[in-house]
Amino acid sequence: MNPRRKKRLLAVTAIVFGVGATIGLVLYALQENINLFYTPSELVEGKGPNKEKPHIGQKLRIGGMVVPGSVIRDESSLQVSFKLIDTGPLVTIKYQGILPDLFREGQGIVAQGVLVEANVIEAFEVLAKHDEEYMPAEVAEAVKGIKHEKPKYNLESGN
Amino acid sequence: MWKWLHPYAKADRAYQLCNTLLPYFAVITVVCMLVGWVWGLAYAPADYQQKDSYRIIFIHVPSAILSMGAYSSMAIAAVIALVWQLRNAELAVIAIAPVGACVTAIALITGAAWGKPMWGAWWVWDARLTSELILLFLYLGVLSLYHAFEDKKAAGRAASILAIVGVINLPIIHFSVEWWNTLHQGATITKFDTKAIDSSMFWPLMVNIVAFAGFVGTVTLMRLKNEILQREKHRPWVRQLLNRG
Repeated sequence: MNPRRKKRLLAVTAIVFGVGATIGLVLYALQENINLFYTPSELVEGKGPNKEKPHIGQKLRIGGMVVPGSVIRDESSLQVSFKLIDTGPLVTIKYQGILPDLFREGQGIVAQGVLVEANVIEAFEVLAKHDEEYMPAEVAEAVKGIKHEKPKYNLESGN
Repeated sequence: MWKWLHPYAKADRAYQLCNTLLPYFAVITVVCMLVGWVWGLAYAPADYQQKDSYRIIFIHVPSAILSMGAYSSMAIAAVIALVWQLRNAELAVIAIAPVGACVTAIALITGAAWGKPMWGAWWVWDARLTSELILLFLYLGVLSLYHAFEDKKAAGRAASILAIVGVINLPIIHFSVEWWNTLHQGATITKFDTKAIDSSMFWPLMVNIVAFAGFVGTVTLMRLKNEILQREKHRPWVRQLLNRG
């Protein structure tokens, strides 16, 4: 390669590495903030090296799996409450509104809302998260032993 | 290899090469797109969870993959344009950019249409969606930078530099779903360890990816031909070509 081209190639490589390093450092510094949501254990035990806990009244997003059997619907309104889990503690979500189609017990969801108690969130938006696996129903039944139907919810009358 | 490649630095030879390649790309595109869409949209089984709504995957995933693929090709052309200063490479950068922008827009729009029924939201500012949006802006940036200069030589250089700098976004898009908590699910096709997608859905998806690659190739070649002709319009070989046809 002739020296002029070599010089240009070096310059181009230097630019890419320089910008790459800059953006890498920025992303590293922002690491905690780019996450879309807290997990239930991060919410309860604190997040990051300083174990920072969100304060009551803070607006936040939380993501986790809906604990099977924890969904309680109010018979006369759209009020629903359920518990979320990831690895340890449970967090209760209260929500009034229509849940997305994919909302099921055992399904991953992301809720946005206000922290009202240390482990209770009053949500104003519930989004369903789905996994990266796609298969026909028969295969899912054979492989996972699950049959997908809309689950029956525990109904609690009144309140 | 250099000996074999060198003639294509000349505009007229590159133009001829485009002409030879074009029919192959066009045929691959038409055949794969017909097969892929009919297979994917009509014959592939419905998903166990998302039922028929998942079928948008046959458009969303190919366009998302190609949005990144087109960007890599554009960046490679940009490196060649800057280091070897081949004008054809510069023209290739500018030929790919709008095609890539379109494919990125398709990925974003189909993604939103998929997100609404499944997640419950058209748009969420999570890392995957945001970085893909930045990709669209990079394409648009390359395009507008090129058209902002009167002197096309300077324009090509500026656009190439931006194209190269933007490469840093590609690994961010790909790994965003692993590095951060996102609403967007993880990678399906590159998750080789387990069977993440049933083969009855995998193969039509592959055909569709080939179809989109063919489509991007076809349109890029057509645009490249156009760019070459415009840039060389005062040259004798273009005059000859025009007189003949």
